[in-house]
Amino acid sequence: MAASNKVLTRLPVLSRLAARTVYTATRKNLLINENTKVICQGFTGKQGTFHSQQAIEYGTKLVGGVSPAKAGQTHLGLPVFATVREAREATGATASVVFVPPPVAAAAILEAIDAEIPLVVCITEGIPQQDMVRVKHRLVRQGKTRLIGPNCPGIIKPGACKIGIMPGHIHKPGTIGIVSRSGTLTYEAVHQTTQVGLGQSLCIGIGGDPFNGTNFVDCLEVFLSDPQTEGIVLIGEIGGQAEENAAEYLLQNNTGPKAKPVVSFIAGLTAPPGRRMGHAGAIIAGGKGGAEEKIAALKAAGVHVTMSPAKLGLTMLEAMKQSGKF
Amino acid sequence: MATSIFRSGRLAERLTLKQVARVLTAHNNVVPSCVGGCLYQQQRNLSIHEHMSMELLQKAGVAVPRFKVAKTPDEVYNYAKELSKLSGKPDVVIKAQVLAGGRGKGSWDSGLKGGVKLVYSADEARELATKMIGHKLFTKQTGSDGRICNKVMIVERLYIRREFYFAITMERSFGGPVLVGSSQGGVNIEEVAAESPNAIIKEPVDIIAGITKDQALYVAKEMGFSQNSLDKASDYIIKMYKDIFLKFDASMVEINPMTEDNNGNVFCMDAKINFDDNAYYRQKEIFALRDWSQEDERDYRAAQADLNYIALDGNIGCLVNGAGLAMATMDIIKLHGGTPANFLDVGGGATAQQVTEAFKLITSDKQVNAILVNIFGGIMRCDVIAQGIVAAAEQLSLKVPIVVRLQGTRVDDAKAIIAASGLKILACDNLDEAASMVVKLSNIVTLAREAAVDVKFELPLNNSTDLK
Repeated sequence: MAASNKVLTRLPVLSRLAARTVYTATRKNLLINENTKVICQGFTGKQGTFHSQQAIEYGTKLVGGVSPAKAGQTHLGLPVFATVREAREATGATASVVFVPPPVAAAAILEAIDAEIPLVVCITEGIPQQDMVRVKHRLVRQGKTRLIGPNCPGIIKPGACKIGIMPGHIHKPGTIGIVSRSGTLTYEAVHQTTQVGLGQSLCIGIGGDPFNGTNFVDCLEVFLSDPQTEGIVLIGEIGGQAEENAAEYLLQNNTGPKAKPVVSFIAGLTAPPGRRMGHAGAIIAGGKGGAEEKIAALKAAGVHVTMSPAKLGLTMLEAMKQSGKF
Repeated sequence: MATSIFRSGRLAERLTLKQVARVLTAHNNVVPSCVGGCLYQQQRNLSIHEHMSMELLQKAGVAVPRFKVAKTPDEVYNYAKELSKLSGKPDVVIKAQVLAGGRGKGSWDSGLKGGVKLVYSADEARELATKMIGHKLFTKQTGSDGRICNKVMIVERLYIRREFYFAITMERSFGGPVLVGSSQGGVNIEEVAAESPNAIIKEPVDIIAGITKDQALYVAKEMGFSQNSLDKASDYIIKMYKDIFLKFDASMVEINPMTEDNNGNVFCMDAKINFDDNAYYRQKEIFALRDWSQEDERDYRAAQADLNYIALDGNIGCLVNGAGLAMATMDIIKLHGGTPANFLDVGGGATAQQVTEAFKLITSDKQVNAILVNIFGGIMRCDVIAQGIVAAAEQLSLKVPIVVRLQGTRVDDAKAIIAASGLKILACDNLDEAASMVVKLSNIVTLAREAAVDVKFELPLNNSTDLK
């Protein structure tokens, strides 16, 4: 107790990270729509090209890209710029998706922050931890740019705007907000909520890295205040305290008759302690970060926790019926 | 609240983040200090041998005891003589260079007990080395296979006054690096953390502003260094932060024990350094230090194929795309009463070769008696996966039943490929159904094996009704 107080008093800025910072004000930037203008960093690369094509096909307003070596050219019928700032000034882009390789990904994110792009979605997997710690240091000290990821599938508003690598065709415009640390499990939740007829209002993959730009609480605030979102699916996994923080947030902000039903699944109930389950952040360490604690915390916050990843859609449907929303 | 924050900082949590997985080989621990690592094994991390970590410390200007690394008993003899001459004492410590925690309490296939031994002469050192080099050490971390010892470290014996614990790691809750110290070094720090959390101090470092002399002094003081050692201790803390932790993209630097003697000298007696895998591309020299002889054969193969594989105790093999879905697949198997044999994430862009390699890994585990493939094709096309499955099943002439659940992009093409293959592969659309099916099949195979019946699954398992 004494020691921790010491830490807290010695480093007030760091210890308040969990609380509201100037960065918190950027949560609203997660609300993308059909008018969101998107640029792609790493536009002319293999990944950037493929997923840009997919995004255009989906109907995303992709307005250009950044590729210093190919500045001035056109790619996929869109202008290529040398810098994010130039791209923003020329196109009025409000979002950027980052596909550049790990060694330069942190610099790409910082460039987007410098250019004050409101929403940056970093798909890149494998960014060195130290680089992300530095990015996060800058991120939480500014109030213009919201970062999603890295190592995430991205964000999609079905029928309006797809920024990321998720398969567009499984989505359906609707009422459920989905947030997840895992890519393919997000698809699972999307597919199931589509199948039961609910559809999605906004889906955000926050990624599996321990140092990331957006967490559950950020998305929950957006979902709770978004009139189009009537129910929420939260998919967590072992490791860290993000699910516990989400439960705490829901307890404080989502109770009473107007509460939106929340369904959750936590992956990793059978994961052995001390083994990293693929994602850098997915590990039970020192008895912390286990699935049981997370499930208990969420249940205590009134969340419908399903033990089966195959029943996300059905559980959500039932919860919606219970609350008279479907 | 403060307490909970603090307690959440128990060592392993502190070491959380990405590195924990890597961190947790307590390979470098001296006898009693089995920090965190004792509880865990890791997969695909980079941990390097103790002597390599000690060399990094030396290069960074941090004092360590004099040491030599030997590959033969004669070298051990010569180095022991050399060290004795330098230190003026015949005593030396021999430490097996095996990447596993609990060395001190380990036992050898040569009959020797203990992987860290104090000896009183060069002759004794040579004698002991014959029972270590080329032999296998078994500790609670190595499992029944043990680990081969190819080298030993010969270290001068130091007479110390006090032992401390020190570590640097990245911590999620502080959003960056944290210095961790305790007056109770040389022991299991996790126990200290659990029993008397106040005995552990944590000091976050602002990664941009950098570490300050004041911070390092504060930590050294709180750890309990004497007045006349404070300057050296804090100097070493700064060097370890700048010239090892940051410079080499370490995910953890752990010194247990860090010591002081009566003359105010400070030494790092042992070092465990783990590195961020993501920094591979810019830390080639460090990653070249990886010793595959110290890792599980299957880990090696998984790493070569760029697969994320973790062996578990059950009997249902899993092949999944995506880490979260892979965990969820393990969970749903358990929910239906089965036990998963492994975690396996083939990643987002698996090739047919990777799928084949994945099947090889899964079936190299003799416990596996059924396999569940669960693919949610997003960008990854289901038909490509199906081709991989069919190729693997043919090439490996698999005898265990395979249940395949494919969903997403080009799923119909995939089903056609599987149906046309004529193989005993069961396709399900629904994950629940697939899990239920694979558990039933696994049970049948288990029963058949117990009864010594050779079940080849020639039966027409076309749909789930056959088994209901």
